[in-house]
Amino acid sequence: MQTEVFDLGTINFRMAWDFQKEILSAVKNKNLSSGLILCQHNPVITLGRAADRKNILMNEQELSLRGIQIYEIERGGDVTYHGPGQLTVYPVFNLNYFKKDIHFFLRYLEEVIMELLSDFGIKGRRIPGLTGVWVGRQKIASIGIAIRNWITFHGLSINIKKDDLENFSFIRPCGMDIEMTSLETVLGKNIEFHDIKENLIYRFKNLGSSLHPIGSLSPYGDRLCFG
Amino acid sequence: MTKVGLPELGEGIEKATVSYWYFKEGEKVNEKDDLVELTTDKATFNLPSPCSGTLSEIFFREGDTVNVGEVLAIIDET
Repeated sequence: MQTEVFDLGTINFRMAWDFQKEILSAVKNKNLSSGLILCQHNPVITLGRAADRKNILMNEQELSLRGIQIYEIERGGDVTYHGPGQLTVYPVFNLNYFKKDIHFFLRYLEEVIMELLSDFGIKGRRIPGLTGVWVGRQKIASIGIAIRNWITFHGLSINIKKDDLENFSFIRPCGMDIEMTSLETVLGKNIEFHDIKENLIYRFKNLGSSLHPIGSLSPYGDRLCFG
Repeated sequence: MTKVGLPELGEGIEKATVSYWYFKEGEKVNEKDDLVELTTDKATFNLPSPCSGTLSEIFFREGDTVNVGEVLAIIDET
């Protein structure tokens, strides 16, 4: 098995969205067994299929002045914010070779996040009926995926930096009155993205088993390969 | 005439919401074309068309909730 990891660095949402679709197509055509895309987005608000625009609390002109774009996208869920203080992860996995169970995969993503948090001394938890990971009553990671032909895309975002959380006040995350937190807020110290990435890559590459050979792609940014 | 039903989606998933039809009634579809997008929890997924033909009838509109096993649409292969 081989899961190819693409670290796109800080990137506009649109470019990463297009890249996800490229990887999705490569997995569908069996040119790639599975892909793991890691990135930090420039500030952006995305609306999932269940989104209500009323959950954006600031008008679009003001958001635009702050450089925050809005995209309607094909993932599940309501509204969310992405910014440079988050690590956003898009696992493109073929569930035909894993387990064809949508909720199982959502719970798997939560498990990966909770194990990551545990490694940093943080006790994450689920709240029954709500997808995502919480620390106490505050949310630290959000999940929203799309599946085509049982291949996943979109994914999860984990709040790392403490100074990017204020932008969540522009929305009602997931259409609810949720208070967000971050690893740095919980731990009270600086956290490096590199450490989080290494941890997640290690965990996700264990998932990408039983898949096909690597094909050629036109990657953006760094391209790492794990067997 | 082929019935398009909502398949098993995993343990504990009994229903999904229709979020988007890629075709209208009366339009031609090809086998494996994305036919309809559905949503459950924090996930969206597509149902491909099981055959080529005409999408003759849609029973659940966008926003409707469908139970696993229920027929979403009929495709006329003639």
